[in-house]
Amino acid sequence: MTDADTLLQLVPKAEGKQSMKDFKSDQEVRWCPGCGDYAVLAAVQGFMPQLGLAKENIVFVSGIGCSSRFPYYMNTYGMHSIHGRAPAIATGLAASRRDLSVWVVTGDGDALSIGGNHLIHALRRNVNLKILLFNNRIYGLTKGQYSPTSEVGKITKSTPMGSLDAPFNPVSLAIGAEATFVARTVDSDRKHLTEVLRQAADHPGTALVEIYQNCNIFNDGAFEVLKDRQQAEEAVIRLEHGKPIRFGADDAKGVVRDRRTGDLRVVTVTPENEAEVLVHDARSASPTTAFALSRLADPNTLHNTPIGVFRSVDRPVYDTLMADQLDAAVEQNGKGDLAALLAGGDTWTVVG
Amino acid sequence: MTSQVSSTAEQADGSVVGEQRKAAGAKDVRRLDRVIIRFAGDSGDGMQLTGDRFTSETASFGNDLSTLPNFPAEIRAPAGTLPGVSSFQLHFADHDILTPGDAPNVLVAMNPAALKANIGDLPRGAEIIVNTDEFTKRAMQKVGYDSSPLEDGSLDGYHLHPVPLTTLTVEALKEFDLTRKEAERSKNMFALGLLSWMYHRPTEGTEKFLRTKFAKKPDIAAANIAAYRAGWNFGETTEDFAVSYEVAPAAKAFPPGVYRNISGNLALSYGLVAAARQADLPLFLGSYPITPASDILHELSRHKNFGVRTFQAEDEIAGIGAALGAAFGGSLAVTTTSGPGVALKSETIGLAVSLELPLLIVDIQRGGPSTGLPTKTEQADLLQAMYGRNGEAPVPVVAPRTPADCFDAALEAARIALAYRTPVFLLSDGYLANGSEPWRIPDPEELPDLRVQFAQGPNHALDDGTEVFWPYKRDPGTLARPWAIPGTPGLEHRIGGIEKQDGTGNISYDPANHDFMVRTRQAKIDGIDVPELEVDDPDGTARLLVLGWGSTYGPVTAAVRRLRNAGESVAQAHLRHLNPFPRNLGAVLGRYDKVMVPEMNLGQLATLVRAKYLVDARSYTQVNGMPFKAEQLATALKEAIDD
Repeated sequence: MTDADTLLQLVPKAEGKQSMKDFKSDQEVRWCPGCGDYAVLAAVQGFMPQLGLAKENIVFVSGIGCSSRFPYYMNTYGMHSIHGRAPAIATGLAASRRDLSVWVVTGDGDALSIGGNHLIHALRRNVNLKILLFNNRIYGLTKGQYSPTSEVGKITKSTPMGSLDAPFNPVSLAIGAEATFVARTVDSDRKHLTEVLRQAADHPGTALVEIYQNCNIFNDGAFEVLKDRQQAEEAVIRLEHGKPIRFGADDAKGVVRDRRTGDLRVVTVTPENEAEVLVHDARSASPTTAFALSRLADPNTLHNTPIGVFRSVDRPVYDTLMADQLDAAVEQNGKGDLAALLAGGDTWTVVG
Repeated sequence: MTSQVSSTAEQADGSVVGEQRKAAGAKDVRRLDRVIIRFAGDSGDGMQLTGDRFTSETASFGNDLSTLPNFPAEIRAPAGTLPGVSSFQLHFADHDILTPGDAPNVLVAMNPAALKANIGDLPRGAEIIVNTDEFTKRAMQKVGYDSSPLEDGSLDGYHLHPVPLTTLTVEALKEFDLTRKEAERSKNMFALGLLSWMYHRPTEGTEKFLRTKFAKKPDIAAANIAAYRAGWNFGETTEDFAVSYEVAPAAKAFPPGVYRNISGNLALSYGLVAAARQADLPLFLGSYPITPASDILHELSRHKNFGVRTFQAEDEIAGIGAALGAAFGGSLAVTTTSGPGVALKSETIGLAVSLELPLLIVDIQRGGPSTGLPTKTEQADLLQAMYGRNGEAPVPVVAPRTPADCFDAALEAARIALAYRTPVFLLSDGYLANGSEPWRIPDPEELPDLRVQFAQGPNHALDDGTEVFWPYKRDPGTLARPWAIPGTPGLEHRIGGIEKQDGTGNISYDPANHDFMVRTRQAKIDGIDVPELEVDDPDGTARLLVLGWGSTYGPVTAAVRRLRNAGESVAQAHLRHLNPFPRNLGAVLGRYDKVMVPEMNLGQLATLVRAKYLVDARSYTQVNGMPFKAEQLATALKEAIDD
């Protein structure tokens, strides 16, 4: 039995058949009309019955930001916490309750700015968490300042002459932080989003899913090139494990390795170079190629943007290791005896 | 050696304090009722270990004792310098004592820096044992001695014992296959042996300790034991040490029971393990290393067979965040830190106030502000614990009074957190954390029952009769909300830091609801059931009340005892609960003409009682990183009495 099977078995299954409706809470959804968050919420609510877990054993934990209102709308256990800290809070919950399926909902500001530290440490520990990072490349709830994923030169209220700082690439960051599962998807592509969620849910350990999400108020159309059918054909690279990385009209383009630098580049596929087209291996032990794939997209135009699962490898899960140590301690020293602990070694007796 | 110790101890029974007589050997034995010893040396000289061992010997002999370790924040400050001096003071007696003592009777100075840094604390006539090998011209110049204090007459008022500790140690270990440097390292054990002889301490404990500590290096264990015995024998044979001393066990000071010596941080750790057992909940600690709190993280990490989960987080915020997550999941959750860490945790404490989940925040206070004095004690986080959050965010505050009391205080903090679903501050400090004293080991069966009930089903009926679960429907008695943990079917609910509607817990920005919720959260804390304040006022004629909190208990009580012995009337009360205050505190304060509040800050409790009870409390303060001295407090109290 794999680690994944073991972990999923710890969470009780739903007794009856579930439907999307079971996962809708009675709270009115308060995002702006047209926000990409609606699509993600619907996809998650639609996907949950496929998981088939008892909904009382599912917990959504979020930080602060538009996307972090998410738990209020899920009819599961949930906590809307404070800015940036959801991965830390979820870590304590997951590490102490292995019978729970714990999901973190966060945004680009929440996860990468104020909460950057917690995110990278959750990833390296490989706590059994599923982190949904809604990336709209802007601060929405505070009304439109640039975010750590905004492109350089972004004109916003706080950067009237353009932003100065280079953005984070969340997928690159996660791979650099020793993440065992890293994926990217797009809010409007329900089918793709659901498939990525399914793989994330199956992954033992921390799964980071970056979801490109449109903020139609402060950064409308940020991902249009990936959504417009005609443009997307040329811009989006769909990664599938075990398949050659090809895209474009008639799969005319492919990703090959530059023999001189080891880097990846996009070429027009010809009968001569077809054999050189890279076959995607998300399960490769080395993160090198996954990282190179994460650097392929042009950060300004978003051309050559890979979506799908970049990396999915098995590594011992923090919560499992912690539980194992508790078991080992009992095995080695017996179950804790409070009276013996308090007495310690050196005592003396006072007789009345 | 051992038989000698026990036989002299037996012979001493019934003799009078100060009486001098000849023991079986040729040397004089003098009986004392109490002694204060200070071991001082370089940070690398092993003074803390030496002090710890002497303490263990003293504890197992049955004296009452109190200790004060004092060391620099640097792990290895430059050798031979004043900032690098590390010391350990131990006060032991044949009766109950309350403090580590004001002024040492004996100073062991391992080098010139140790002498220079500590001589000012010694009364004339005190004994000084110096390691003469370290009194080289260069070492003395380093700390500003132009001439040797051992020879220039500046120590004439003291009883000086010049001992070449290093040479004697190396000589004693010449049979061992050790380099000179390795052999020199055992000089602290030589000093310990000498002092153990001087005060008739039992030796088996230390020898056993050395064998265990160096189990993997039997040669080193044997060398240390040899140095320890050589120190003992040196005292026994040399002319310079003509007298040895006995301090009889403090049998009458203690109620019957089995005792051990315990430090504050260890007692606090055990209190947390015990609280989890008494609550029948798993213990979860989320923590980030910080002096002087890290020992609790270390200790709890050793007890995984009690189901204790310890999580060393990436920072202070994640430490408390993980603890709060575990609390949501039904653990007894704890975070441990010191002042700067509390500052970082503030926002999460506010969230815990809003979520109304049980959580213990253990603050081992140290000198501040900012990094301040990491290894020194202070009580200046009281107002931070009370008010250091945005919004109206009341948090109960509990403070232990002695090292051993940290055990009971931890149980009490857990009781409040669990029963009222609230974060609770446990305010210890560096003095309590590292200091130690005898502790009567409790029987687990006599510990309080801390069990609480998780919510199991719906708790509210809607108008149409539908049964629902309302996460913020309160217990009318305690105002605590139900603790419904994930995994409980039918109770799925969402909680968060946004203001909640009373009852349902749904997001609410309604002005009247916010007003109600703020007042209700405050009322819940104000209504916490805490024991009444006890006042010690033996003759009932005192006009001055001294009101303390936390670790000032020892020095304040010692000062009060001195004054009463001198015929003065003074009343004493000591607060364990700083929030809420005991219900009778206002009445108690009103009964006295004068109230004095001694604190190791600039008057934080005084500020609170002045504001709440309109009492003209006098503040007596000290912030030098050290506990009060009893004499100094007695003088201040006498002035207040006479004023």
